[in-house]
Amino acid sequence: MASPSRLELTGITKRFPGVLANDNVGFSVKTGEIHALLGENGAGKSTLVKMIYGILQPDAGEIRWDGQRISVTNPKAARKLGIGMVFQHFSLFEAMTVLENIALGMDAKIPARDLESRILAVMGQYGLKLEPHRIVSTLSVGERQRIEIVRALLLTPKLLIMDEPTSVLTPQEVEQLFTVLRKLAQEGCSILYISHKLHEIKALCDTATILRGGKLVDTCDPAVETSRSMAEKMIGSSLKDISRVAGRAFGPSKLVVKALSLPADGPFGTALRDISFTVRAGEIFGVAGVAGNGQNALLLALSGEAPNQDPASVTVDGVAVGHLQARARRGHGIGSVPEERNGHAAVPIFTLADNAVLTARDRLGMVRAGLIDAKAARTYAGEVIEAFSVKATGPSALAESLSGGNLQKYIMGREILQKPQVLVVSQPTWGVDAGAAGSIHQALVDLAATGSAIVVISQDLDELLSLCDTMAVINGGRLSPPMVVAEAKIDEIGLLMGGIHGEASHAP
Amino acid sequence: MRLKLEKRRAPSLAMLVATPIASVILTMLIGIVVFDLLGINGFEAVVDIFLSPLLYSYKWQDVALKAAPLIIIALGLSMGNRAQVWNIGAEGQYVIGALCCAGVGIAFGQTGGFLVVVLMIAAGIVGGGLWAAVPAWLRTRFNVNEILSSLMLTYISFQVLGYLVGGPWKDPNGRNFPATAPLADSQTLPVWPESTVHLGVLVALILPFVFWVIMARSEFGYQVRVVGSSATAARHGGFDSKRTIWATMIIGGAMAGLAGGLEFAGVLHKMDLGFPSGYGFTAIIVAFLGRLNPFGCLIAGIVLAVTYVGGQMAQTSVHIPNSTAGIFQAMMLFFILASDILVRYRIRLIPSTKAAGV
Repeated sequence: MASPSRLELTGITKRFPGVLANDNVGFSVKTGEIHALLGENGAGKSTLVKMIYGILQPDAGEIRWDGQRISVTNPKAARKLGIGMVFQHFSLFEAMTVLENIALGMDAKIPARDLESRILAVMGQYGLKLEPHRIVSTLSVGERQRIEIVRALLLTPKLLIMDEPTSVLTPQEVEQLFTVLRKLAQEGCSILYISHKLHEIKALCDTATILRGGKLVDTCDPAVETSRSMAEKMIGSSLKDISRVAGRAFGPSKLVVKALSLPADGPFGTALRDISFTVRAGEIFGVAGVAGNGQNALLLALSGEAPNQDPASVTVDGVAVGHLQARARRGHGIGSVPEERNGHAAVPIFTLADNAVLTARDRLGMVRAGLIDAKAARTYAGEVIEAFSVKATGPSALAESLSGGNLQKYIMGREILQKPQVLVVSQPTWGVDAGAAGSIHQALVDLAATGSAIVVISQDLDELLSLCDTMAVINGGRLSPPMVVAEAKIDEIGLLMGGIHGEASHAP
Repeated sequence: MRLKLEKRRAPSLAMLVATPIASVILTMLIGIVVFDLLGINGFEAVVDIFLSPLLYSYKWQDVALKAAPLIIIALGLSMGNRAQVWNIGAEGQYVIGALCCAGVGIAFGQTGGFLVVVLMIAAGIVGGGLWAAVPAWLRTRFNVNEILSSLMLTYISFQVLGYLVGGPWKDPNGRNFPATAPLADSQTLPVWPESTVHLGVLVALILPFVFWVIMARSEFGYQVRVVGSSATAARHGGFDSKRTIWATMIIGGAMAGLAGGLEFAGVLHKMDLGFPSGYGFTAIIVAFLGRLNPFGCLIAGIVLAVTYVGGQMAQTSVHIPNSTAGIFQAMMLFFILASDILVRYRIRLIPSTKAAGV
């Protein structure tokens, strides 16, 4: 092709204190191409796109835009060039309308009426359904993402960067998103698509650039590669399958949840309504659902952080614990891992050893006569680091100094090595690379094999389908009847996930 | 060239220690410049305020007497601050503690002895703690900001003091001055022979070790630190945030009450309207200058006590008002708070980049 690439990166290098985030990375994105950026957590994907979008400046290397060498000094300059970005975490005000949120994000001041007509035009053009006057807090996550997409499209971008866009969507919503992206690409807009879901990349992208440890590994054609071959390039070694004993028999009922209800926590929280399910010894029970449907409340209700009036609403081995707080429930063998790592599962400014004390102090006898046995905490933290190959300088490393994936491994390990009777985990592999996710899954399977009951709350359907024995879908604070995973149909699960939002019934 | 703040990978221990020292030195330098501009010999004033009390051994006991209440109050406050509990009303708890101590003394009349003194001091601790329990209750029950409630209670405590010393507890032989009768000798704290240094100074030297063990080694100290860092993580770990607020608030009040009792039974021996001396407020500066660390509080308490004594010395030597010491204390707080950011961030010089653009 004679025309230069839309975006061309050469020799991009970015160094942070103690890490080389990007090391001499170069690739190019053609006009109208959907280009995947693949890599493990900490591979340098986010750093790279932040430099393209002007949030960070490269230490070395050059960025060419339509053949011209440029330096993107800030996101405003990037938008002026025609670079739009949709972040993984939305920046929306929950109490404001769609229109107000979009107006706030615009660089130029546009009268509300003009803006509304332009929004409607953009939505009509790409088949994005959104009511401009709805309050954001009433919208599903998929709808919220559409606000961000519309916001980016209003600037008629020539390059749209999407950071892990499907992690919060139902399968049906993912299809709708892909339709929009394909249409955009046909019109000449280039798309840089960051993801770790390999089958999506195979379905959507024309080219894939794979990063590992800040270095470029390969630029390949996803149609030719298999998911497995791309995953192996990503982690740099061959992938291990989860090994489990086939045809296991489950033990007696271990965790029984009966008619559990909990009022909503705040105006944007979700109430739990009449939730009942049973997990047997050795069973892994999955809870699927789109974010914000009560997953967080369910985890808190099971861990004891949000105790219940009715003791019998949660029982472990026949002991009613529904009224007990987290510490007492741990005494009865319930461990938990909440979704948020920093400031919930762990204290960022504490060392890993101190963080071990947070949940393991009673079960492992780290407190004697009111004094903490610092040596026991250090030893245990060391064991977790060793067993879960956590990349850290040691038990005295600060939790905040670890990458998200490594901290997640540490927290999962901290709970699993305590050998809880019941383990409730939310998003166990959120932001964790494929290799580490595999080892976390294996550890959960192994824990179940020793007779523990495990509840996995996740938005990643693939994860639940490969990991769980039984699963149910949570929607609007209600839990669907359980189904055996081996017999479950993905379409049916998708419809249950869409539930009361009626997302699934929308034509794309 | 431009300056950039960059987050450190781990908080800098060097900066944690260096910034309080730098704050004191900066305060001294700025003090010299400002006084010189005012036509006063700045160097001499600063030497008097910061160094003279240390150079003359006969001033040491004054420093010790002033440092003791500052250290004791600051220890309690810094534990609260670790839990994000901001007790600004230590002055009121200090006054109420002293009043409770005095009340017990008055109730025993001329009877004294070891047990009575212990009871008096215990009453001071309980009184200060109860006074601090009010903002703790308001905070945990109605979510009332404890900064405001504890500060307002301080002014109430002054009224209580005024009522008691001007009314029921007024010394019948006191020529109608609003003050209590002086304590019987048998009700006062033991004093080091040939000096004014009382038992409270020893208490102020021992308590930092006790607080260090609690904060660094005990489960309760861990709980305080977790609640202060993240209430959500504390709940996950099974710690009760409300109970922690109660405990740290009451401990803060109890320490202020203890300091008030010791000051009354060890130094002043009577209560009058001049009893509130600002120790409860200055202790806030001590807590921050000491980096909320028990041994830091010990050192910072001595530094602030030096400025108190030095302020009095400068009054006679360079003829500046005693309240100048207050300005220096405030400057120290200003610098320590301003330099706090250097512990977690580093400043980097960025050479100016080439003109940016398309």
